[in-house]
Amino acid sequence: MATGSSLYTQRRIKNIIALSLSVVATLIGLIFLAWILWETLRQGIGALRPQLFTKITAYGEDGGLLNAMVGSLMVNMIGIVIATPIGVLAGAWLAEYASGTKLGESIRFLNDILLSAPSIVLGLFVYTIVVLPSTSLTNGSTTFSGWAGGVALALIALPVIVRTSDEMLRLVPSTLREASLSLGIPQWKLTTQILIRAARSGIITGVLLALARISGETAPLLFTAFGNNYLTFNPSDKMSSLPQVIYQYANDPGEGLHAIAWAGAFVLTMFVLLLSLASRLVLSRNKVSHD
Amino acid sequence: MQATVGAIASSVPQEERARRDARHDRLFGWLLKGCALLVLACLLGAAGATLWGGRHAFGTFGWHFLVSDAWDPSTDTYGALVPVYGTIATSFIALLLAVPVSFGIALYLSEVAPPWLRTPVASAIELLAGIPSIIYGMWGLFIFAPFFSDHVKPWMTNYLGDKPDDGKLSWVAQHVPFVGKLFGSDYPFGASILTAGIVLAVMIIPFISSVMREVFQTVPTRLKESAYALGSSTWEVSWDIVLPYTRSAVIGGIFLGLGRALGETMAVTFVLGNAMKLSPSILDPGASIASTIANQFSEAAGLQKSTLMALAFLLFVVTFIVLLIARWMLRQLAHKEGR
Repeated sequence: MATGSSLYTQRRIKNIIALSLSVVATLIGLIFLAWILWETLRQGIGALRPQLFTKITAYGEDGGLLNAMVGSLMVNMIGIVIATPIGVLAGAWLAEYASGTKLGESIRFLNDILLSAPSIVLGLFVYTIVVLPSTSLTNGSTTFSGWAGGVALALIALPVIVRTSDEMLRLVPSTLREASLSLGIPQWKLTTQILIRAARSGIITGVLLALARISGETAPLLFTAFGNNYLTFNPSDKMSSLPQVIYQYANDPGEGLHAIAWAGAFVLTMFVLLLSLASRLVLSRNKVSHD
Repeated sequence: MQATVGAIASSVPQEERARRDARHDRLFGWLLKGCALLVLACLLGAAGATLWGGRHAFGTFGWHFLVSDAWDPSTDTYGALVPVYGTIATSFIALLLAVPVSFGIALYLSEVAPPWLRTPVASAIELLAGIPSIIYGMWGLFIFAPFFSDHVKPWMTNYLGDKPDDGKLSWVAQHVPFVGKLFGSDYPFGASILTAGIVLAVMIIPFISSVMREVFQTVPTRLKESAYALGSSTWEVSWDIVLPYTRSAVIGGIFLGLGRALGETMAVTFVLGNAMKLSPSILDPGASIASTIANQFSEAAGLQKSTLMALAFLLFVVTFIVLLIARWMLRQLAHKEGR
């Protein structure tokens, strides 16, 4: 009896220790989250000033981030505009045409791998297929461009959009398909005008998530859009972007540039977090309307 | 009679319409399939482009490339060992730290926390995954690395390392093999392999913990209830019932985190110190494949550029294999559920 109760005490103590450690682990995660967000807020808000949005990076410490923000928006838009139609159609193929086939299953599988593939390698891929060929057209002067940056970001956005479109289309009730097909509607009309429309808010969520993901990407832009110091709206030119300027400024010894980098980091973080919040809102509103 | 004639008359355009629809359907199917195959093309293209770009380096250095720690642009000799070691060491440290913490978070969220607290805490942890990696990099460079070099590193070098400030070796450094070398450093700054590993750990915790939490929730309630009915404690249920049931998916989640850590660029570039030199100490600066490419590619030419492409190819192949294992392991649980 005595050994029985001591075993019981031992097990209870073990249980309490393990569960307390799980609380500690969660606290560690939350502390790091709070630490990172707090520093970004503190340093970023301290460095915010109107000229960030009105001046370009050419002025250095007295300048702002206008060209970087414009560049970021344009390159992101190019990426999303390329990735969205391809991603939605590929998702539709996975969900509607290829469910259960071997090719469909393997592409779904590979898409999940592309989702976590190192973005810097995708940047080098775009460097090889976009920057290098256009360089040979212009007699050897390296032609980094906003287009190349957009293509690189499209490769990163693509798997996110494919995956959400696929998942959302598979959630559409099959009665909708049967009803439409029984009316004699061809498959392409069913897909484009009924199913994609039914899964619309889910697909928009995917696009917003993809936008949030590519807005913070730096590595693939380093050798595609490259960056510049002046304001340009021409994607055939080199283009600056917010993450790339943050990277450049943070590595600079100048204290004034660090402040601008923090302000940029703050703007970028807010943008990305608001986007992921917006995507959640779109999804939850959709859920309510289905009830 | 008249109805039959009408049907025959209208069947000609109807047939035509059916043919047209079939044709459109076929074209549409090809279009969709083409879009889906682009995913495949991206993966093959990325592997092919980096292999093609790195052919010069592979051809020049051969197999020796993988084991050489040379990195000298002035004589154009390069080896992959320093960045490969840096990549593996930082990712390994990240996993070592992130796996237990992630398991703790998943355990807390699925078994311990009161139900009303679960969603907010889970969303907060997932928020960590949404923060861009460049922000981790800045935080690591300006906040964490100085904190680390002021408060953590002196303790480690003095009590564990073989190069303490006062020259007196600690008991640990004298008696425990390897530890002295591992923690010995006279590099005065916070950037190091260990710092990069810690920052990476924070980055991959949300990925691993959300996979673990998701799969823990798939464990049939009757299994857990049976164990509780036999008198098991919460910990025993988690360790002896939940974990074995979800083992393959948990390993999959860990590999998913590893895949992220291997390819992560920005956060690592900021806090790794970018030294192309092999050092046994994890408190010394180093370089990873991704950070080397990010730092040197724009200014590289000729053989150096080719070497960086070759490194990218190695990175891509290794992450592909790791992610392949991850997805395959994750799928095992889905199959189990379906059965």
